[in-house]
Amino acid sequence: MEIKLTVNGTVRSDEVEPRLLLVHYLRESLGLRAANVGCDTTSCGACTVLLDGESVKSCTVLAVQANGRSVTTAEGVTEADGSLGVVQTAFREQHGLQCGFCTPGMVMAASSLLAENPHPTEQEVREGLEGNFCRCTGYHNIVRAVLAAADKLSDGHADSAGGGAVAGGAARISA
Amino acid sequence: MIPAAFDYEVADSAAHALSLLAEHGEDAKVLAGGHSLLPMMKVRLAQPAVLIDIARVAELSGIQIAGTEVVIGATTRHAEVAGSPLLQAEAPLLAYAAAQVGDPQIRHRGTIGGSLAHADPSADLPMALLALGGSVEITGPSGARVVGADDFFVGPFESVLQPDELLTAVRVPRGGSAPWGYQKFVRRANDWAIVGVAAYDGRVALASMGGTPLRALATEEALRSGASIDEAAALAAEGASPGYDFHADIEYREHLARVLTKRALEGKTG
Repeated sequence: MEIKLTVNGTVRSDEVEPRLLLVHYLRESLGLRAANVGCDTTSCGACTVLLDGESVKSCTVLAVQANGRSVTTAEGVTEADGSLGVVQTAFREQHGLQCGFCTPGMVMAASSLLAENPHPTEQEVREGLEGNFCRCTGYHNIVRAVLAAADKLSDGHADSAGGGAVAGGAARISA
Repeated sequence: MIPAAFDYEVADSAAHALSLLAEHGEDAKVLAGGHSLLPMMKVRLAQPAVLIDIARVAELSGIQIAGTEVVIGATTRHAEVAGSPLLQAEAPLLAYAAAQVGDPQIRHRGTIGGSLAHADPSADLPMALLALGGSVEITGPSGARVVGADDFFVGPFESVLQPDELLTAVRVPRGGSAPWGYQKFVRRANDWAIVGVAAYDGRVALASMGGTPLRALATEEALRSGASIDEAAALAAEGASPGYDFHADIEYREHLARVLTKRALEGKTG
C-alpha cells in the first residue's frame, strides 16, 4: 500500500506492506535509528515516537496507520544545526541516561508529557513516564531532567531552542 | 515480532465498515487503536486475513449527553475519555478507569470500543462498564441493538459481538453525584489488575476474578439489606472463580477482592 506521511518535517512517500510496523518503517526504510525495539510488546517504551504530536509506541502501530499523519522521532527534536534540543540537553546536563538505550523513547515521552502538561510536578513526571522502562534504573535523574526541561521551556528558552520539545517540533513540521 | 500478512481496508463510514465486514466475514477483524489486536497478531494468536481500519471514521468518535446517559463513540481514545470534562462531571468512574489503562502512550492509541470488544476479564473498562450498569450499541446487517454490560461479556476475550457486527458506541448513566470507588491492584507499572474492583451506587464489579468481569452480587445484596461496608465487602469473592498465575493464587485473589471491595465501597481510588 502507498503511504504518504510527514516524518520530522519531511514528507515521505513509500510503498509498504500493511503488516510493516511503524518502528521498522522508521528504522529500516528511513534509516532513522533513534527509536529502539526493546520489548516489542508495548511495554518498555524504547520505541516511543510522536504521532500527530502525541507519544505512541511505534512497535504497536502499523506504518499504514500513520498514513497522512505526522511522525516525530528523537532525530526530529534536535536543533536545525544538529545540536541537542531542550529536552535532550536537560537529559545530558542532569545525567538522565546511563546506557542510553531507553533515552530516545524517554525524550519523546517527556516531550509529549510537557506538551500536555507544561508544569508537571515530580509525581506527574513519574506517572507520565509510566510507559518507559530504564533497565539501568536511572529514574531519579531522568525525572530531574524532565523537570529541568520544563523549567527551561517555561523560561522562554523554547523560542530560541527551536525544536526542543513538541511545540518546536510541530512548528518545524508545519513550516 | 511481525504479524502474519493481511489485507488492509480503510473504512470511511460505519456503513462502509459494515459492508466490508459483510464482504470478508470471519476472516476480518476491526482495527481501531490496535492496542489489543496488534499485540495478539504479533505473537500470531490472531491471524486475520483482512483488517478493517475504523480509526478515521469521524462518526464513531466523540462524547455527548443523550438524555439520562452519556454516549461515547467506540473509537474514542482512552486519553480522550480520561481527559473529558463532561465525563469527569457526569461519569467520573469511567474517566478515572480510562486513566488507569496501560500508560500514556497506550491511552493515546487504545479506544473504549476496542477495549470492550476485546473483553479481557482483567481489563479496566469492561469492569468499569459493568459497575456503571452501562451498555454498548452494536450495529449489524439486521440493524442496531443495545446490549447491557451484564449481558455483553460471555467468556474470556469473548462477548456477544458477532463477526459481522460493529460496536459503535458505549452508553453510561449520568451520575456525577453517585458514590463510587475504584481499586486496581498491580505489582508493575502499566500492568493489568491482579484484582480490580469498581463500585458505583450500590453496584460492585470485579476484574481478574473469573472468565469475565463479574458483579459481586452477594456484596450488593448485603448492602441493600443494610449491612455495613465491612460486612458486605467480606462477601466480595462469593460466586467468583478466579484463576491463578505467577502473580497470585486463588486464595490470595479472593482476599484481595474482599480488601479492595471494602476500599472501593469507602470511595477510595488507587
